[in-house]
Amino acid sequence: MMRSRWVSLALILVILIVWEGYCRLFQVPDYILPTPSAILEISVTRTSLLLPHAAVTALEILLGILLSLMVSIPLAVMMFSHPSIEEAVSPFLVASQSIPVFALAPLLVIWLGYGIASKVLMAAIIIFFPITVSLLEGFKNCGSEYVVLFRLMGAGFWTRMRLLYWPWALPYFFAGLKVGVTVATIGAVIGEWVGSQQGLGYLMIQSNARLRVDMVFAAILWLSLMGLGMWKLVNVLERRVIRWK
Amino acid sequence: MLAVAELYKRFAALEVLSGFSLTVPRNGFTALVGPSGCGKSTFFDLLTGVVAKDRGQISWLGEEVDHLCGVASYMQQKDLLLPWLSLMDNALLPVRVGKGVRKGEEEKARALFRRLGLEGFEGYIPGKVSGGMRQRCALVRTLMFERELVLLDEPLSALDAITRRSLHSVLLLLQTEFKKTLLMITHDVEEALLLADEVVVLSQAPMKIRERFRLTSAKPRKITDPELMGMKEHILEELQEELNHDAV
Ligand SMILES: Nc1ncnc2c1ncn2[C@@H]1O[C@H](COP(=O)(O)OP(=O)(O)OP(=O)(O)O)[C@@H](O)[C@H]1O
Ligand SMILES: [Mg+2]
Repeated sequence: MMRSRWVSLALILVILIVWEGYCRLFQVPDYILPTPSAILEISVTRTSLLLPHAAVTALEILLGILLSLMVSIPLAVMMFSHPSIEEAVSPFLVASQSIPVFALAPLLVIWLGYGIASKVLMAAIIIFFPITVSLLEGFKNCGSEYVVLFRLMGAGFWTRMRLLYWPWALPYFFAGLKVGVTVATIGAVIGEWVGSQQGLGYLMIQSNARLRVDMVFAAILWLSLMGLGMWKLVNVLERRVIRWK
Repeated sequence: MLAVAELYKRFAALEVLSGFSLTVPRNGFTALVGPSGCGKSTFFDLLTGVVAKDRGQISWLGEEVDHLCGVASYMQQKDLLLPWLSLMDNALLPVRVGKGVRKGEEEKARALFRRLGLEGFEGYIPGKVSGGMRQRCALVRTLMFERELVLLDEPLSALDAITRRSLHSVLLLLQTEFKKTLLMITHDVEEALLLADEVVVLSQAPMKIRERFRLTSAKPRKITDPELMGMKEHILEELQEELNHDAV
């Protein structure tokens, strides 16, 4: 574990050094490929510009996740309690996965405008599927002997949901959420590319147009740090909630 | 008294029960031994209503019931403790699902923890204690059901011999101190002879009673008792015959 971490760190370092060396040696102009050191510098010195955009993107992702949870949790519970609902809904769920969701981005911008709403929905749509499916999977995975035990105690469906199925499905839920937060970032940024006035995606498009490639890279750096941070956050949350594993 | 009369159940072509009858006196302890796959667990499933019977009567204290769902508690080989709840919360689960936990219930569970040697472990989660302790906790939970009839399906078979032995005395407590009526499935003939008032030997499916042994000697018993040793040999021979029967 520790060792593989060092290896990957060393690998990154080698890539950065080669990159830096190449740029300097061949005097690659900044508007084609800036050096890593320049990117790092601008990422730090232009914090006052980057931070508000990052905050907007983060807000979009967060709201997207919340919106998605508000729909996917009840839907998973309903699909679980009524197999007929599952039968009716799952073809649509699967079909929705075969549509490239990114293709929806221009439509969402037309319908919901250049503001934050279209990006929130974009992020929500993307993470909706992994969360619903993993939660349903978790409910279904609950051991049948446990269900029998609860029945003998006289527990109805909602009591079983609260005391048995829900805690049982939590590890699945978090697995889905972890996939979700990483892809939600992509969703929000693509929404911003298509049309927006704020956000890291907007900053990338703007900077690109002005050949400020260093700023594009800085936005990417911020974006990946944000994604990493959220992934870590979910991990911490998971460890706090699931103490029995 | 638990009385089962003319119980029938078939799974497609497999006839598991074909007119099975059995009675267990109130506060009695009956053990069922039989070849693997003869239908013992299915019989319990019918009793608890987990699986619907084809026909037959089940009655408890003279009253005919559809199944024993509200009457019996049920304990299996697996302890079925919820890994995210402490031992105490696991034990209180039947109460929590039922009418809700009150002060008296927790006191009762605490007393049972003391009685079964679990004192001090109330706050531990199941993953942090031994198999024997988990099974004891499952027993406390069974007792918290407040149901007079206790169905045990190989409750101790997952435990090592020494732990099993220490839990034998706990099972006896269920009968003497808690006044339960016990019906236990076991593969361990010695265990049946040590604990039960009656040992019922069953045949291959369709499950029938081959023979019943009444045991009147005082408990705790010792397996070295010549009478028990004789019975043990006899029962093992019968079970062997059933297996050979199957092979033919
Ligand atoms: N739901 C079911 N559908 C079909 N067949 C079943 C079902 N449940 C049990 N059986 C069959 O009924 C027979 C009796 O099973 P059961 O589990 O009652 O045996 P058992 O006496 O408890 O065996 P063991 O001692 O190994 O626990 C077996 O042949 C089993 O395969
Ligand atoms: Mg069985």
